[in-house]
Amino acid sequence: MAGRKIVIDPVTRIEGHLGIEVEVAQGRVIDARSMGTLFRGFELILKGRDPRDAPHLTQRICGVCSASHGLAASYNLDNAFGVTPPDNARIIRNLVVGANYIHSHILHFYHLSALDYVRGPDTAPFIPRYKGDYRLPKDVNDACVAHYLEALKMRMLPHQMRALFAGKAPHHVGFVPGGVTQKPTVDKITGFLWRLRKVQDFINNTYVPDAMAIASAYSDYKKIGLGHKNLLAYGTFDLDSTGKNKLFKRGRYIGGKLLDVDAAKITEDVKYSWYEDKTSGKNPTEGVTEPQPHKPDAYSWVKAPRYDGLPYEVGPLARMWINGDYKQGISVIDRHITRALETQKIANALEGWLMQLKLNEPIWTECSVPESADGCGMVEAPRGALGHWVRIRNHKIENYQCVVPSTWNTSPRDDKGIRGPMEQALIDTPVADPDNPIEVLRVVRSFDPCLACAVHLIKPNGRMKKFRVV
Amino acid sequence: MEELKNPKAKLSIEVSESDFEKEEVMEPTRREFLKLCAASAAGLGISQLYIPQVLRALERAAVSNPPVIWIQGAGDNGCLVSLLNTTHPTIAEVLFKIISLQYNPTIMAGAGKMAISHLDTVSEKTKGNFILVVEGAIPTKDGGIYCTIGQKNGKHITMLEAVKDLGPKAKAIIALGACATHGGIPAGKPNPTGAKGVRDVLGKAAPIINIPGCPAHPDWFVGTLVHLLMYGLPELDDQARPKMFFADSIHQNCPNYSYYMEGQFASKFGEKGCLIQLGCKGPMTYSDCPLRRWNSGVEWCIGAGAPCIGCCSLGFPDEVSPFYVSLPKELWPEKQTELA
Repeated sequence: MAGRKIVIDPVTRIEGHLGIEVEVAQGRVIDARSMGTLFRGFELILKGRDPRDAPHLTQRICGVCSASHGLAASYNLDNAFGVTPPDNARIIRNLVVGANYIHSHILHFYHLSALDYVRGPDTAPFIPRYKGDYRLPKDVNDACVAHYLEALKMRMLPHQMRALFAGKAPHHVGFVPGGVTQKPTVDKITGFLWRLRKVQDFINNTYVPDAMAIASAYSDYKKIGLGHKNLLAYGTFDLDSTGKNKLFKRGRYIGGKLLDVDAAKITEDVKYSWYEDKTSGKNPTEGVTEPQPHKPDAYSWVKAPRYDGLPYEVGPLARMWINGDYKQGISVIDRHITRALETQKIANALEGWLMQLKLNEPIWTECSVPESADGCGMVEAPRGALGHWVRIRNHKIENYQCVVPSTWNTSPRDDKGIRGPMEQALIDTPVADPDNPIEVLRVVRSFDPCLACAVHLIKPNGRMKKFRVV
Repeated sequence: MEELKNPKAKLSIEVSESDFEKEEVMEPTRREFLKLCAASAAGLGISQLYIPQVLRALERAAVSNPPVIWIQGAGDNGCLVSLLNTTHPTIAEVLFKIISLQYNPTIMAGAGKMAISHLDTVSEKTKGNFILVVEGAIPTKDGGIYCTIGQKNGKHITMLEAVKDLGPKAKAIIALGACATHGGIPAGKPNPTGAKGVRDVLGKAAPIINIPGCPAHPDWFVGTLVHLLMYGLPELDDQARPKMFFADSIHQNCPNYSYYMEGQFASKFGEKGCLIQLGCKGPMTYSDCPLRRWNSGVEWCIGAGAPCIGCCSLGFPDEVSPFYVSLPKELWPEKQTELA
């Protein structure tokens, strides 16, 4: 190829280990590869354990969005155990996970991505940094630096809110199959509410205006990072015990149409991932993974999930779009704006849920580990659609699988050679200076990639092969 | 290690700003930034009256805080996220008034080649004087290929190489969290990647301080750091844990202790009583969680009605799971006879 290759490894200010490789010709990206570089083997570690340990162990997949793994695992086990948690438990789970969204989105905007647009002061950890077109007027730039510091304090509040009802954060306790461990009390409700009001003030008067200010100064990024324009959301925050009414609807958007989601149509391709080709194209419930690190052309530990054979972007933009809350566009800027607006929407919902808690009503429906059962829990994490699947045999986990948001977004090419959503979004990105590829990272970070989540090894009944990463 | 035991040992090192790559334009200046720190503090409730004093204090802050290099292996960055929750000092105060965080992939501005060459520069220039923080386990199987932290000259750098390279150059090493102390969840059976803690990779002679927990409490990290800087090495137990935080079991200081003594046990979630029958691992887990509590002290696990899962145990997760199965009776703590 005629282009110049640029490798960015490590991609910093994300969760996990990611490398990005792009080819640039005539000042634009003509090809892109997204490479996951950490493998822990979580599903192998889960195998053979007590199913009730899964909400704790899977939270440790990711230190930023652990609450959502806790929720997906709990839904998964509720489903397998055949138990419906009482309303109080459903609400407390929503409060805990909702609070964590607020922490996660504030952290992403100010501490992970803002330094792509805001020029920090000349002190560590703000230097060294890429040279680039930091465009904000000085007063706005300085205000954003001050808000970076203020946001460090503000994001502690939603973690305290999460701890009030679930013990601690990150990695809470308190979610068990059938419900939660603690009855709501008035001091907790009050402590949650007053912290919420304080952080709402920050969201409404600082976060959203700062996101708008960056959107306006970098308006050309409304035409950068478009990608495939296919969006997918499993939906989340159950509003009643039927599981059908949610704050964010389930659905997908393709070719200008809103359509339903059928979990059976999800498959994972591996032609460009370090796994045996014969395992490609399977639904996660029957997925087999055989590592094959010497496979020519493969370049990532991340698989390529597809819905009905096509790549889909997941995350706040997908949720807000499918829910009918936002229709302005699909781009770098739209991802940041929808993340900010979604934070506002969730914060507003939390107050209403808090008021629905009933002091002396149950929090747990008694249940025990079934001898044999299958389960599925599909929710949304801050970064997008998150699914956990379990197969229980002899009261133990025989197989546990997670298909996580960043597997969708940071996936490599599929068997047909179609790029993953983030790779596709990188195409046509202008790069002014190959030694300072700040534009590439603006596109990458708009997805809020979480690589600790994205890399999995799913292996229900085979043997581990020796393999090697090059 | 000997030097560290001397309270007068000074870890601070002059790192001139010119040591680092800088651009021609230097705005906002450090002075302006410190003003912003003060302005932000004012916005959060500090009276306007105090601004001049706060500002002067910030301006006096040395430009040469002790350098810290923080690398991340097989883990989930949860210990860093936990540290962001430090209350007094705040994380901003830790970052700008106590240390100089020269390398941390989650926070630092630079990326790629720029980040890796900065790591090389700082670790050479401050050799023997920087504090190394290791978060995450170190995969050792197959040469450590399961975790690479970046590329240099087209070659992937494994976490194993990074720890072996940086460890001996560091003044002290803080192994932060279960993954770094003993491998944590990545080392859970069947330990697919041969994940190990820092001490198992560098040996017991290295100046390592183990701070367990999944995640570690921010106070444990900040307290250890400040102890290192002001008083030298804190007193450690035989597992290299600071005794000031990890001397007593959770059971000893548990508010449910009297329920245990009286034999009142919860058998369902939400019931009053000691949680040992629901699987609590407090008796075999050593940390000050019951006294310190979490997230600025608002709550902690047992306070939220959930059994301790033993995440501060150096056997987490295998030796403390299944989490919801009661310890065998022979491992229940003995009931002490009442004092005469």
